[in-house]
Amino acid sequence: MDNNNRRGFFSLPGVRSLLAALICILIGLMLGYIVLLIINPENAGKGMDVMLKNFLARNKTFTQIKHLGNTLVKTAPLILCSLSILFAYKAGMFNIGAAGQYVAGAGACLFFAYKFSAPWYVCILVAIAAGSLWGAISGALKAYLNVNEVISGIMLNWISLYLVNMLMKPFCKGAEKDTIAFVRGQSHSLIPNLGLDKLFSNNTSVTIAIPLTIIIAVVIWILLSKTKFGYEIKATGFNKNAAKYAGMHEKSNIIITMVIAGALAGIAASFFFLSGFSTWNTNQTSVPAMGFNGIAAAFLGGLHPIGVIFSSLFIQHISDGGTSLTGMYPAQISDLISAIIIYLCGFVLFMKLQMSKISAANERRRRARLEALAAAETENKPDDASEETKGGEAK
Amino acid sequence: MMLLIQYTLVYACLLTVVALGGCYSERSGIINIGLEGIMVMGGLGGILVLAFIPATLPPIIIFFAATLAAMTCGMAYSMLLGVASINFKADQTLAGTALNMLGLALATVIIKALNIARTAGADNSARIIFKDTRPLLSLAKGTEFNMFMILTVVLLVAAYIVLYKTRFGLRLMSCGEHPQAAASVGISVAKMRYCGVLISGALGGIGGLMYLYSCGSEANFETGVAGFGFLALAVMIFGQWKPHRIAISALLFGFFRALAAVGQAFDLLAALEIPKPIYNMLPYIICLIVLAFTSKNSKAPKAEGIPYDKSTR
Repeated sequence: MDNNNRRGFFSLPGVRSLLAALICILIGLMLGYIVLLIINPENAGKGMDVMLKNFLARNKTFTQIKHLGNTLVKTAPLILCSLSILFAYKAGMFNIGAAGQYVAGAGACLFFAYKFSAPWYVCILVAIAAGSLWGAISGALKAYLNVNEVISGIMLNWISLYLVNMLMKPFCKGAEKDTIAFVRGQSHSLIPNLGLDKLFSNNTSVTIAIPLTIIIAVVIWILLSKTKFGYEIKATGFNKNAAKYAGMHEKSNIIITMVIAGALAGIAASFFFLSGFSTWNTNQTSVPAMGFNGIAAAFLGGLHPIGVIFSSLFIQHISDGGTSLTGMYPAQISDLISAIIIYLCGFVLFMKLQMSKISAANERRRRARLEALAAAETENKPDDASEETKGGEAK
Repeated sequence: MMLLIQYTLVYACLLTVVALGGCYSERSGIINIGLEGIMVMGGLGGILVLAFIPATLPPIIIFFAATLAAMTCGMAYSMLLGVASINFKADQTLAGTALNMLGLALATVIIKALNIARTAGADNSARIIFKDTRPLLSLAKGTEFNMFMILTVVLLVAAYIVLYKTRFGLRLMSCGEHPQAAASVGISVAKMRYCGVLISGALGGIGGLMYLYSCGSEANFETGVAGFGFLALAVMIFGQWKPHRIAISALLFGFFRALAAVGQAFDLLAALEIPKPIYNMLPYIICLIVLAFTSKNSKAPKAEGIPYDKSTR
């Protein structure tokens, strides 16, 4: 009985994903530590400590909680971006365009907020529309014109970046590069706090966006695992031709998938920029990293909607910790570590294969031992005893 | 006008070299999305040589030293893609994306750490200045024509000959079309694919050096290579994975990119008062449109992106 339980536990796919993710993180952190050692051996231990502790490195509980709030504000969009990538990946597409859909969403919601002072829910809807449109372009190009979604996504990333930079220029004060900051209380384009700010030491950036994100993750999980649409999406991802043969509309499924993926990235942007945490820098020359970090979080989270909540939190945690490294080390150390982790995620499939090989070998050994035991017992005690062991094995 | 032609050639050359790199890799069956990261890492090696080599050496030696450094760094870095996608059958797009992010982060960290160590903390930027050696590689004073353009022509001709006229090239391409068939006649698919990835690493590295060289006498690694690796992929697709067509499409893309860089110098275009971001977007928009019209009959290598599995023979 005990034996059976243990085998069941390790052959669970969730446990294997978790184990693989932990191995990736561990190796990633170790390599990061080695890089720290090479750059500046004296402070390596301290640097690692600062990065891993992030908000816990602050000395007062009050500020700790406040900085935890900051991390959470940035984690919410990261979760949504990784959901976007995960969702497309289930349909067999690599949504590297999530970064561009995020930018499009950001541009749309900020434009409505500045130009029309639209209420926050309108801004979010506009962001969703813009993100979906961006996703739909990639999807339609893929479905009807056979354009690889990775290439079209990358092109759209750059197009959206320059477009939004241009669009946001009029909303900067004078010659400044950043758009004007929203003031809470004066602008109703900001997502309401509903008292959540009180929980995080009056951190006004903490809004209902955070609980909403968790709800969206659960909805995506249910959509993928419990509905017909989710099944069709996964079937299309496994084998496009088989799905088509089974009567599924693989073309419209591709487009709808990309629309949803784009919408998720759009929501991500609106949740981030309408929290009042940050403004748009119109001089930026590279696409915001949020969409790309989403790739890391999606794969680290074992491509599971609930898993990505935790992986996003981890990645945001170390990258926030990385920014407090300035002075000792370049802040990009945390980017480096998350990049290493993404790279290692490529080996997850291989790790899982090895794990199942090991557990299969264990299983074979266990069975052989049991059989030998049973054989020995039949020799000693015939009749009822042997039947008992056989019965036990069958269970 | 002269300026536009010069910049068109500068960009076309670097796009050609990188796209040829992508071509070798994809012809062997490995999708190389990581070209952008490979360019950054190769460029890093080349620029460091340009920045620290004594400027008194003959220009040709400086040129070869920098190119060799860029090639070596690019090849070493592309091994990461090779190991992941050939030995461990990893998702090639994922590995490539990781390479892009890793390349940018690693190069920034290395240069920043170097600058901090060199100036005892005074300079923590990701910039490297190479103003002493830059003019030496120029072919004619005051113009943008440089030695890399000659190298590009050599590499282009070599690519055509290697791919279509040598045993190695034909074997390489067979691994991208039908690796099982290639393996059945005794070709080592893994070895061929490693060759493809390593050549693309070398060419990507040279391309990265060419890009950073074209930016002026200061390289800022925080912005990387500004999406040229991805643009090169588009050039490669538009060129239908054929060296001669890649050169032609590189000229087209190079022209639009040059327009973004120097377009405002023309009276006619300046009079239209088109905002600069539009010019910046132009190469990517053109690329999307072009891809939309050409991808239907794509001549992509049939087995690209699929890890080779002996048991499926």
